[in-house]
Amino acid sequence: MELNSKVPAGPLAGKWDKHKFDVKLVNPANKRKYEVIVVGAGLAGASAAATLSELGYRVKCFVYHDSPRRAHSIAAQGGINAAKNYQNDGDSIHRLFYDTIKGGDFRAREANVYRLAQNSVSIIDQAVAQGVPFAREYGGLLSNRSFGGAQVSRTFYARGQTGQQLLLGAYAQLEKEIARGGVEMFNQYEMLDLVVVDGHARGIVARNLVTGAIETYAAHAVLLATGGYGNVFYLSTNAKHSNATAIWRAYKRGAAFGNPCYTQIHPTCIPVSGDHQSKLTLMSESLRNDGRVWVPKKQGDKRAPGQIPEDERDYYLERRYPSFGNLAPRDISSRSAKYVCDEGRGVGDTGLGVYLDFSDAIKRLGKKTIAERYGNLFEMYQRITDEDPYEVPMRIYPAVHYTMGGLWVDYNLMSTVPGCFVLGEANFSDHGANRLGASALMQGLSDGYFVIPYTIGDYLAGLKPQPVDAAAPEFRAAADETRARLQKLLSIKGKRTPTSFHRQLGKIMWDKCGMARNRAGLAEAITEIRALREEFWTNVNVIGEVGSLSQQLEIAARVADFIELGELMCRDALHREESCGGHFREEYQTEDGEALRNDDAFAYVAAWEYAGDQAEPRLHKEPLEYENVKLSTRSYK
Amino acid sequence: MKITLHVWRQAGPKAAGKLETYTLGHVSPDMSFLEMFDVLNEELVEAGKEPVAFSHDCREGICGSCAMMINGAAHGPMKGTATCQLHMRSFKDGDEIWVEPWRARAFPILKDLVVDRSALDRIIQAGGYISANTGGARDANEILIPKPDADSAMDAAACIGCGACVAACPNASASLFTAAKISHLGHLPQGQPERFRRVLTMVEQMDIEGFGHCTLYGECQEACPKLISIDTISRMNRDYLKATLTKRPEPTVEYAG
Repeated sequence: MELNSKVPAGPLAGKWDKHKFDVKLVNPANKRKYEVIVVGAGLAGASAAATLSELGYRVKCFVYHDSPRRAHSIAAQGGINAAKNYQNDGDSIHRLFYDTIKGGDFRAREANVYRLAQNSVSIIDQAVAQGVPFAREYGGLLSNRSFGGAQVSRTFYARGQTGQQLLLGAYAQLEKEIARGGVEMFNQYEMLDLVVVDGHARGIVARNLVTGAIETYAAHAVLLATGGYGNVFYLSTNAKHSNATAIWRAYKRGAAFGNPCYTQIHPTCIPVSGDHQSKLTLMSESLRNDGRVWVPKKQGDKRAPGQIPEDERDYYLERRYPSFGNLAPRDISSRSAKYVCDEGRGVGDTGLGVYLDFSDAIKRLGKKTIAERYGNLFEMYQRITDEDPYEVPMRIYPAVHYTMGGLWVDYNLMSTVPGCFVLGEANFSDHGANRLGASALMQGLSDGYFVIPYTIGDYLAGLKPQPVDAAAPEFRAAADETRARLQKLLSIKGKRTPTSFHRQLGKIMWDKCGMARNRAGLAEAITEIRALREEFWTNVNVIGEVGSLSQQLEIAARVADFIELGELMCRDALHREESCGGHFREEYQTEDGEALRNDDAFAYVAAWEYAGDQAEPRLHKEPLEYENVKLSTRSYK
Repeated sequence: MKITLHVWRQAGPKAAGKLETYTLGHVSPDMSFLEMFDVLNEELVEAGKEPVAFSHDCREGICGSCAMMINGAAHGPMKGTATCQLHMRSFKDGDEIWVEPWRARAFPILKDLVVDRSALDRIIQAGGYISANTGGARDANEILIPKPDADSAMDAAACIGCGACVAACPNASASLFTAAKISHLGHLPQGQPERFRRVLTMVEQMDIEGFGHCTLYGECQEACPKLISIDTISRMNRDYLKATLTKRPEPTVEYAG
């Protein structure tokens, strides 16, 4: 396997423009002769499907939801970054690029990140044209807020529902194209395999979740926009159905998996309340604009927060990172919370929590302003915890939120399987080892609206505009394999539910491949996961049938893939003997507990190639070359 | 807490359904309503029984997947709250709870508590968008939108498309859903060019899908987890009236030579 990033030559700022001119075009009359499958309809999938249809390609779009509007992008709260410099505070494309590279702890590809920063500007224009109701000032201009890891205000927002509004914008364009006949929509279909013919992605196997029918679909190219794999940890802020099956199946068909161990643990989530917990709820990072994070100075201080006087509180982020304070990046904030809780200074019944306190902000700005900024978040918090954050500080704790890793893609967003493109969180490309807040929405839309419409042409122009042979034996073989895999799950009839295996996997991952990792723990985790996989395939009890709506079967098939992916994540974390961004290896830290990178040995993308179920995956390295930024130790102090 | 559940079970779209009774002995007040269903389903699977099928995903009250009629109220007793955000502390030890799917002609039942809501997507397809193909948008700050207009648009745009308004309406009307979209786009300058065409096509699609008419019961706004106001319906009706009065036939197309 050869990793060719296909990054264009030339100066950084001109690469994308040059590339857009250099790529081959498909003539307008020929576009309708090409079919494209888009899997997923979150920000990346919906924007890609709508835009490709507008260009004239025939698009089939598949989602497992009952409507494309339900994709998990909808849950993003805080905002979307763009280098508009509307606030006149010194922002620029170069600064957004630099912040993103630095925030990613110098483990992302320069050219991709620069392009992302360039496209950010057009995304806001496009969204406004679609009627996305961003927050406005009284004069009618757009409003901005600040976000972690940046010292300028460049985040655009629609109350605490920015993801929802951007998704509904893309969804509306998608529905417009469905009505026009350019997109054929397949709701409640789950992709279960990628079909590869003569080394090129030529279609998918999908199961109709209502009738249970296993069907195959052919196309000239397949776009995977299926989101991240944070649910490996069972408890995460991802939606319950978010899963890795599409990208994992593509991996098993030859797509390399990039940096699987880079996981983002978000610092501000509502703490776990008990064993029944099914998922974790994020409280937007934007809250850290006005909330102050603290714990008691004394260990085991069980007094109510209001009883603890000012001088007995430790505002640890402000103390350790005075220049960024409560807006330190996510990885640093999360780890700091873990440290103070490990020291026995955590709050709440479990001791796994820290305070996020708004009392100063309410004093300064008034309750009304705070309610305008965060009203819906405060309500959500109160509903879940039965506590009023206007009166008592919120309790928060880190939770798995985002996966920077994903399928390896080149500058054109194509994976190592030609014809299989990967967009949004599902790819590894732009965030390095840590993603800054308000950058996920930006990347999903950049990929879908402004990158793939250009780069896919370069691939399709090399194909003859003739229909894909949907009767090729590879289609039937892949469908048969899928059917056999599902039948096998149903035939085991063991003693444990699929969810019980998922919880167990999640616990292993959280304990040993979570916020802090070490060699011994990761090696143990790999052994434990292998044993878990063994037990799963002999002792799972799946109730349902292939040929009808069977939610337990859906869960079981996803858990089976999560178990395998979990092992790969641990393997990647074990091999990367340095700390960077979301990957913190306890053996590699500075004296004051900060991440210690090893640029000489590890400034590369780790791309893993599948080599068989029992064999160890093969590691390939894409060296990261920095021509425009100087590798430095991140400092937010 | 001990909770007795009477849950609608129906094997498929054509099958007959009935209420089945289940008792859960250890329900924590901190559980969400759906987490209680998770516990029920784990118990059913362990006993070798078919678990209850229900729609859910984000569990943060934003994706609009969850849909349960709880004691006759869409999304249950708590105002402005989707089923997934309802917690068991809203109930007390020993309570009996009846759980049914959304019931409306336009929402056929697929299985147990899962219904087909694709009719709502088709209403959007009929015109619930601003035609803005990707590319060529002008600078976002060139369009000035007064804050009150942006806020009103956002109030209406908060709709999560769950269909509670339909389930709560004695006429099974989708007026609140449709009006929310019309109101969102109608408050914005970008939405003006298609404003009157949009209201005609969306309302027509609502009728085609078999939703009932609005007779202003107001149940929809009581059930709405996002507290969308029926003022949006008045706005839709005003636009509809104006559109029907001023509607002109589409100009005949003249082909270029």
